[in-house]
Amino acid sequence: MDLEILSRVQFGLTIAFHYLFPPLSIGLGLILVIMEGMYMKTKNMMYHRMTRFWVKIFGLIFALGVATGIVMEFQFGTNWATYSRFVGDVFGSALAAEGVFAFFLESGFLAILLFGWDKVKPRTHFISTILVAFGAHLSAIWIVVANSWQQTPAGHHIVQFGDGMRAEIVDFWAVVFNPSFIDRITHVYMGAWQAGAFFVLSVAAYYVIKKKHLEFAKGSIRIALVVAVFASVMQLVTGHSSAVTVTETQPAKLAAFEGHYPASAPAGMYLFGWVDEEEENTIGVQIPGMLSFLIDFDSSTPVTGLKAFPEEDRPPVNLVFQSYHLMVAMGMLLILIALIGALGWWRGFLFKKRWLLWIFVFSVLLPMLANQLGWFSAEVGRQPWIVYGLLRTSDALSVSVGAGQVITSLILFSLIYILLGALFIYLLNEKIKKGPEGEQSSEGGARA
Amino acid sequence: MSFTLDFNTIWFLLVGVLFTGYALLDGFDLGVGALHLFTKSDTDRRVMINSIGPVWDGNEVWLVTGGGALFAAFPEVYATSFSGFYMAMILLLFGLIFRAVAIDFRSKQPSRIWRQFWDVSFSISSIISALLIGVALGNIAYGIPLDSNKEFVGSFFGLLHPYALLVGVTTVSMFMMHGAIYALMKTEGDLQNRIRGWVNPTIIFFIICYVMTTLATLLYLPHMSANLKSAPFLFIVPVLNALAIANIPREIHHGREARAFLSSCASMIALMTLFGIGMFPNLILSNPVAANSLHIYNAASSAKTLKIMFIIAVIGMPMVIAYTASIYYIFRGKVKLNESSY
Repeated sequence: MDLEILSRVQFGLTIAFHYLFPPLSIGLGLILVIMEGMYMKTKNMMYHRMTRFWVKIFGLIFALGVATGIVMEFQFGTNWATYSRFVGDVFGSALAAEGVFAFFLESGFLAILLFGWDKVKPRTHFISTILVAFGAHLSAIWIVVANSWQQTPAGHHIVQFGDGMRAEIVDFWAVVFNPSFIDRITHVYMGAWQAGAFFVLSVAAYYVIKKKHLEFAKGSIRIALVVAVFASVMQLVTGHSSAVTVTETQPAKLAAFEGHYPASAPAGMYLFGWVDEEEENTIGVQIPGMLSFLIDFDSSTPVTGLKAFPEEDRPPVNLVFQSYHLMVAMGMLLILIALIGALGWWRGFLFKKRWLLWIFVFSVLLPMLANQLGWFSAEVGRQPWIVYGLLRTSDALSVSVGAGQVITSLILFSLIYILLGALFIYLLNEKIKKGPEGEQSSEGGARA
Repeated sequence: MSFTLDFNTIWFLLVGVLFTGYALLDGFDLGVGALHLFTKSDTDRRVMINSIGPVWDGNEVWLVTGGGALFAAFPEVYATSFSGFYMAMILLLFGLIFRAVAIDFRSKQPSRIWRQFWDVSFSISSIISALLIGVALGNIAYGIPLDSNKEFVGSFFGLLHPYALLVGVTTVSMFMMHGAIYALMKTEGDLQNRIRGWVNPTIIFFIICYVMTTLATLLYLPHMSANLKSAPFLFIVPVLNALAIANIPREIHHGREARAFLSSCASMIALMTLFGIGMFPNLILSNPVAANSLHIYNAASSAKTLKIMFIIAVIGMPMVIAYTASIYYIFRGKVKLNESSY
């Protein structure tokens, strides 16, 4: 098999597996801050138990994030050496800043979060929780800076270095605040908050259904629901804003999102459909003029389509179209679920309707999948470029690495990640079955 | 050797500081891992793991940040070494993955088979990680075949020559000594007495490896001592190195574990400094065509980026050192197992 495909599959596989964990630690991090903050404010032991339970889950998720994250940093060098030489001056700086500013903060204070309950004062522990959550958010900033620069390069110039060309920083802040950064970091944050919130909803709803740890579960649901409603509604705003930026900065990607072929014509928005890449035609159910309207509040505004680009500059259209549309559909579904939950809280049926609780139990799959599909759309939609308009993916590989080596590493990664995934689910399930500690006395007493 | 203190030189030093920080910190927890299977009872093994429990993750960040700094400051070195050492890097990753999950998963289930599996994983992955790091260092000093495009043109098995393997084993022995002294500080009672019995053998093992590596370097890698010869005042470094190593068994004999640990740290700093002096201004030596070596100018990022990165380091590193120190302070003293332990 071809080295480019193999290296892309390996990167895709390892980043997709890694990205199961960071959104959960970012979202759960925020929720931990709220829970422990409530404890600090009210001194209600229920919030203390809540924090301690979710901290344990957080620790497990964080460990998997660390173990799979180091792979990503190595892989730019191992498999994409030519890319690394080309972007190191710009991209490497963001990665190093992530290490210095975010990773040390996170991993240092995580020690207090996990093991420091009896070693430090409650206030210090709370500050550590805040710093761990802050560190998780900070690391997302730097990695999204780096990735957004790949999507919408800015603040650099291309110069001769040795025998080749490379990108060098001209204006650091222009690199950081490149045109797509703000839209994309907010979109990533909301996606992560959704993942964390629906994860808590899912586990806690299961307890309510099983009539276990009721007080704890209901408290967790209330906190998670607030975050879920906020993040799901805000995701509509950041998603829209992201799409508008993509129109301006990466028109070929946007055209692929909507399967829009005409070089310049008003565009509709598909609810669902299928792209025939041979015939350069998209069929499906469409709201005419809706895309033009969303971009410009005018349904007759022309949108640049795929035919404006030579075929070698187009991404794989149907793949991007489908993953983008699935992501949007899941986003809408999440808004609906969150709002029904909010209605249930207001009208008092939140903990009474078993169908709603079962929806919560399975709802966590939606943000997890939507986060994956969103990145998939963003990264496949950038093809055939690895750095948009500057460097093609096919020109970015390692020269000294052969296909045989990548097949070997790809098979090993697959096996190890299947094992890790299975163990993660198993241990998570064990922790959930065990439930929060120190409860038997109070609730057992209440029930008797 | 001509020496000008520009940003390229500063970054040579800073990358050295980051990797030395990594060796000092992750060195002891890799060492604890390498010695892990010498303990037998479940409680002893939990004490071993929990002695590094709150800090191992932060220690590993020194490697991640060192790698990031290399990527940012010397992208050519990052690209050439990581792609050139492909299979070795992949194996190192598997080692680090298994270590991380072994520490986290081991005590989460009571089953004997489960715990035995993760104990073995923890120990073997620690040894393999230490060995591979040493083999990489050995190759960088010995020189690897590079073409004029800065690309590695050798093979994986070509990297496993006797000198590289010797440096690999020396690294394992150094981390085992360092880890044994650390474990001595963190344990008490019967377990501590047994660990005290391991310390001297690990010191002897290290000194044998150290002498062999030194002799091999002097005999077969004359370029690694060229800088020393041209600036004789630098001979203070190997002298200090020898004194620091000699001081370790002395402190152990007097029961001063913390001072033994500091001596062990000092000897590692001196060794890394010697390595840096030997390499400067090169970052990866090319062998046989020395002209293709990567050095701090033909492998570096632009002066502007090096300056920006320097500002980032000046702002960030004092904070890092401050909270690393506070974490070590908070978790000082002997390991006590409780319900939040691994």
